[in-house]
Amino acid sequence: MTALRELAVGQMFEAVVVTDLKRTQIVQYAGASGDYNPLHTDEIYATKIAGYPSVFAHGMLTMGLTGQAVARLVGAENLVRFGVRFTAQVWPGDTLTVRGSVVRIADGEGGPVAEFSVSTVNAEGREVVSGYAHARLAG
Amino acid sequence: MAARRFPVEAGHVLAFARALGAAEPPGGLPAEGDVAPPTFAIASAQFDPEYRLRPRPGAPWHGSGGDAGLVTEGAGGLHAEQHFTYHRPIRVGDVLVPVTRPGERWEKQGRSGRLRFREQITEFRDEAGELVVTARSVSVQREAS
Repeated sequence: MTALRELAVGQMFEAVVVTDLKRTQIVQYAGASGDYNPLHTDEIYATKIAGYPSVFAHGMLTMGLTGQAVARLVGAENLVRFGVRFTAQVWPGDTLTVRGSVVRIADGEGGPVAEFSVSTVNAEGREVVSGYAHARLAG
Repeated sequence: MAARRFPVEAGHVLAFARALGAAEPPGGLPAEGDVAPPTFAIASAQFDPEYRLRPRPGAPWHGSGGDAGLVTEGAGGLHAEQHFTYHRPIRVGDVLVPVTRPGERWEKQGRSGRLRFREQITEFRDEAGELVVTARSVSVQREAS
C-alpha cells in the first residue's frame, strides 16, 4: 500500500492483474460469486446457443480484478466509491492491465479524498473497464 | 440481489479473493474484522434462494447437458455498469441485509438495434440498520430493430 498522504494529482499507477486468463479462473469466480451464467462457464452453450466465439469473463470478474489492484494501492478500508462501465468483453487468454491516475484531491466528510480514474486494458490495448475509485487519504 | 440475510463468512471471502488472484491470507483464513474485497457485495447472490443464475433442483436450466442448451429470452441482458458507495467497509463477521429496488430505465439507439438500460439499486445494511454499501447496477438488453 502506498503512503496515501503522498498522493498528488497526476500520479499514475499500473498493475497486471491477470496473465493468460484461464477458463478455470472464470469457473472459480462463478463458484465464489454465485453467478453461474453458462455464458461464462459453458463453452458449448456460449458458442452453439448464444453465438459467441467462446465463453467470456463475468464483467464482475474484471471489476473484481480491477478492484484488487485499487485496494492494494489505497487499502480497501479507505475506499469511498468505486464504479465502472464494462466497455468490452474479456476472453480466455486475455492479459489485463489496470491503469489508474489521480485526477483530483477533493475535500470529503472525513478529510481529503483522492479521486482516481481507472482503466483496465487487454494486451491489444483495448479498454475493457472504464471507471473511477475514490479513496480517503486518512490511511 | 434479494438475499434476506448475507453473512460475511471467512471461507466465502477467502474463495472470492482467491478467484481474484489474491495472495493467501496469513493464518490461512481471513480474520474476523478483515476487510472484504471491494466487489464482495455482489456475492450476496449466494444467499438469494431464488437467484436465477444458479441451477436449482427440479427447475429447468438453460446451459448444456445432453444437448447444447436452451435459447432464453429476456434473461436480464448484459452487465453494463456497476457502482459501489462504501459508507463503511464490509468486514468478515458482518451480517448484512440487502434490499433491492428498481432504479431508472432508459433507451439508446445502438449500431445493431435499440439498447434498453435498466438500473437496480441495492442497499446493504448491518444488523444495527446502518447503511454499509449502496450498489447500483445497470444492465443492458439489445433489441434487434
